[in-house]
Amino acid sequence: MATTDTVIEKQGMQNQSGSAWDGGNEPFKASYGKLMMWYFLLSDAFTFAGFLIAYGALRFSSPTWPVPDFVFSTAPFGIHDAPLIFVTVMSFLLIISSVTMVRAVQEGQRENKNGVVFWMLLTILGGIGFLGCQAWEWTNLIATEHMTVDVNPFGTHTEAGVYLDADGKETEEVIEVGDSYLIHKAGAGHGEGDHGGDHAAHDYSAGDHAGYFVNEEGFIQRKFLVTEGPDAGMVKMESFGPKAFGALFFFITGFHGFHVFSGVVFLFIIMINAGSGLYMARKNGHEMVEKIGLYWHFVDLVWVFVFLVFYLL
Amino acid sequence: MGHLSYEESKKLVYKGLVLLAVVTLVEVFFSLLGKGHIIAGLEDYNWLAYVVGLILIVLSLYKAYFIIYDFMHMRYEVKGLAVSVLLPCALLIWAIIAFFQEGTSWKNRRELIKEKDELPAKDQSKENLQGMMLEGKVVEFEFRG
Repeated sequence: MATTDTVIEKQGMQNQSGSAWDGGNEPFKASYGKLMMWYFLLSDAFTFAGFLIAYGALRFSSPTWPVPDFVFSTAPFGIHDAPLIFVTVMSFLLIISSVTMVRAVQEGQRENKNGVVFWMLLTILGGIGFLGCQAWEWTNLIATEHMTVDVNPFGTHTEAGVYLDADGKETEEVIEVGDSYLIHKAGAGHGEGDHGGDHAAHDYSAGDHAGYFVNEEGFIQRKFLVTEGPDAGMVKMESFGPKAFGALFFFITGFHGFHVFSGVVFLFIIMINAGSGLYMARKNGHEMVEKIGLYWHFVDLVWVFVFLVFYLL
Repeated sequence: MGHLSYEESKKLVYKGLVLLAVVTLVEVFFSLLGKGHIIAGLEDYNWLAYVVGLILIVLSLYKAYFIIYDFMHMRYEVKGLAVSVLLPCALLIWAIIAFFQEGTSWKNRRELIKEKDELPAKDQSKENLQGMMLEGKVVEFEFRG
């Protein structure tokens, strides 16, 4: 990148009076690097839009869909039933790191080397903080709640009824249409902090039991008696949620996280370069900082929509 | 950029921080309101889900506009640059309409298939069947409808 920039700057100086075909022109009065960053971001926006639209199409195609404020209601330090709180903190981290990035670009334009390094360092810390939060979120979903790319234990009831206890007798636990549930795994903590806690007390060998069904992977699908609708009186068991959810979640947030990660790497490289005085010598108002700034804001921009689609709607 | 003084642009940045933070909090508030976490029972109103969804989408688009125009300085770029980057995004409007329509159609067709699966099979009248007796059971091997 560095060499390309220098070459173009030189061409620009040599061809001040040449024709349009001599090169060195700046379409849209933006440098080559900045213009190409914009077009890269446009193409990246289409990639993300494709993924998010696929999420929408699959969600529309499914009779039920995991409710985000049920799925994302845990936070570190043992916090449960706090819908969307943790992910709001993650959003704030990205917003703040976007703001510090703007400050870095401003200091760059005044050719203030130390200011650039200081604000870029804060930006990097924000990015690392976001990645740390995402790592916690993924760990919680995978290790504690047992969601994977093709197993989605987050389901939604489509019929009203009452749960059965371990011996197959009706309990007081009433089910309403639209209620969410998490299918627990035998012998594992599930991090939900509520009903059905004492797993160890019952027989959880794979197969059919009076009050529940245990599948080969050890998931306990609780049974319930349907009390309303055409199937009233039938005993059914909790079914797994739409399979696509896990794959979409891990792929889309993972792809965004990968953007954050590569952003952090590039920010780090450019911070070192800025600190070494490389961009001072170029006398172009730290344009490289401005370009990585564009990329970093774009990562924040994508998060606005990932946040909207996965967590808010 | 030289369009604003250093002090002015510094102030604008912190204004942006407050604005984005407040809009995000408002979004979370509306999302939780629509799901019945703030006032219990509200989640049962179907129309509310649509209103909340619309509010959330508009607020997110506003955030996107703010990030692009102020943080990414699109406001200070030549108009041609802004148009060449933003106009292609209009194609996405059609993609959203088409694919969501498609998703709804998949759902409807699955439901139709499920419905038809549950219909009792038509009685095949025995006269049209040619079969044979094997250990006391009729084994039907040909259907001459």
